[in-house]
Amino acid sequence: MDPQPEPVSYICGDCGAENTLKPGDVIQCRECGYRILYKKRTRRIVQYEAR
Amino acid sequence: MPRVSALDMPDVPMGQLPEHLQLQRTRVVCKADAPIHTEAIQYSGAYASMGVDNSLRLESFCKNFKIEVIRLTEDEMEFDMIGIDASLANAFRRILIAEVPTMAIEKVLMVNNTSVIADEVLAHRLGLIPLNADPRLFEYLLENDSPNERNTIVYKLDVSCRKGGPRMTVKSDQLKWLPNGSELEMEPPNQSAKPKSYTSFSCSQDSMPEFSKKPLGMKHEDIIIAKLGPGQAIELEAHAVKGIGKVHAKWSPVSTAWYRMLPEVVLLKDIKGDDAEKLVKKCPVNVFDIEDLGNGEKKATVSKPRACTLCRECIRGVNEELVELRRVKDHFIFTIESAGALPPEVLFTEAVKILEDKCDRVISELS
Repeated sequence: MDPQPEPVSYICGDCGAENTLKPGDVIQCRECGYRILYKKRTRRIVQYEAR
Repeated sequence: MPRVSALDMPDVPMGQLPEHLQLQRTRVVCKADAPIHTEAIQYSGAYASMGVDNSLRLESFCKNFKIEVIRLTEDEMEFDMIGIDASLANAFRRILIAEVPTMAIEKVLMVNNTSVIADEVLAHRLGLIPLNADPRLFEYLLENDSPNERNTIVYKLDVSCRKGGPRMTVKSDQLKWLPNGSELEMEPPNQSAKPKSYTSFSCSQDSMPEFSKKPLGMKHEDIIIAKLGPGQAIELEAHAVKGIGKVHAKWSPVSTAWYRMLPEVVLLKDIKGDDAEKLVKKCPVNVFDIEDLGNGEKKATVSKPRACTLCRECIRGVNEELVELRRVKDHFIFTIESAGALPPEVLFTEAVKILEDKCDRVISELS
């Protein structure tokens, strides 16, 4: 069986609050009820040349 | 009647140039429309028929060459370089701008950036920040080298704006020096491999005698890097390396370096009375002044020729036969504005050393 899927946190498109969602959850902000949530930026390192 | 050579002119002394040729040789004359005699006379035998040797000799160069410092501050310098050819003065200028090395941020490892400024724009801005690090204490990071304490300076920027608070401005003093090298780890190629850091410092830069007294910070503390709105954050690491302005202008050690030839303003005739007043008024940089001759007579004089910007306002229209604007061909007023890593006088000596190295290379290639 797959390991327990980790909860992923999203940012509300309206109020900016952080929401953690698990698979199967309703896509809705817990603070304001807005239904558009954005995934957070990855913390994986991106390398740029300063030019 | 005895035959006499046409070149035998008894009124022209042998061994020295007649006045008009001397003027052509040493001065650029700026007419109202265009300058004349702008070329340098290089050929050693140019005046051979008059018995004048025009060759450049090291001995006479050493005797006549002079440098006079006019103004010297922490990051600006003006000096006169006298008795040198324009090609050499220009070589120093070009070397100062493009070939004297400095340290500048080259690699930016972005962990998080939720600000409105895009990653690549932010990285570019970071690259242009002048660092207070002596490039002579560092080596170049060559292609196959790993970044170590001798060729890399690591800075960290970790800022965030509180939610519900006001907007904030990120300034250059928030970039913190990491003397122990990178704190970030590369993603291992497989699960079992040990994670590796982005740099391989064998010791802390803190412990090195040349940096322990003077931390490797920013030259200016108040350069705006970005602005953050509530809830936004930037987290990154910046790696600075040594480089030259030829590769990218961020490594140029000067804001700019330039020279101009010494202006020479000559009054060909006496200018008196109202004409003198008019001439003084015409010049926007006050090159001319009035001399009182007594009994109400006034005469124009040249008091500050050095201030002349060659705007030619004084020779527009009527005055071309009264005033002559000249420039001394071998006298350069050199100005260096340092960007901050090294003081301007040190930059110039570094430029001289670089030209010396280039000459050595040419000599060894030829021999």
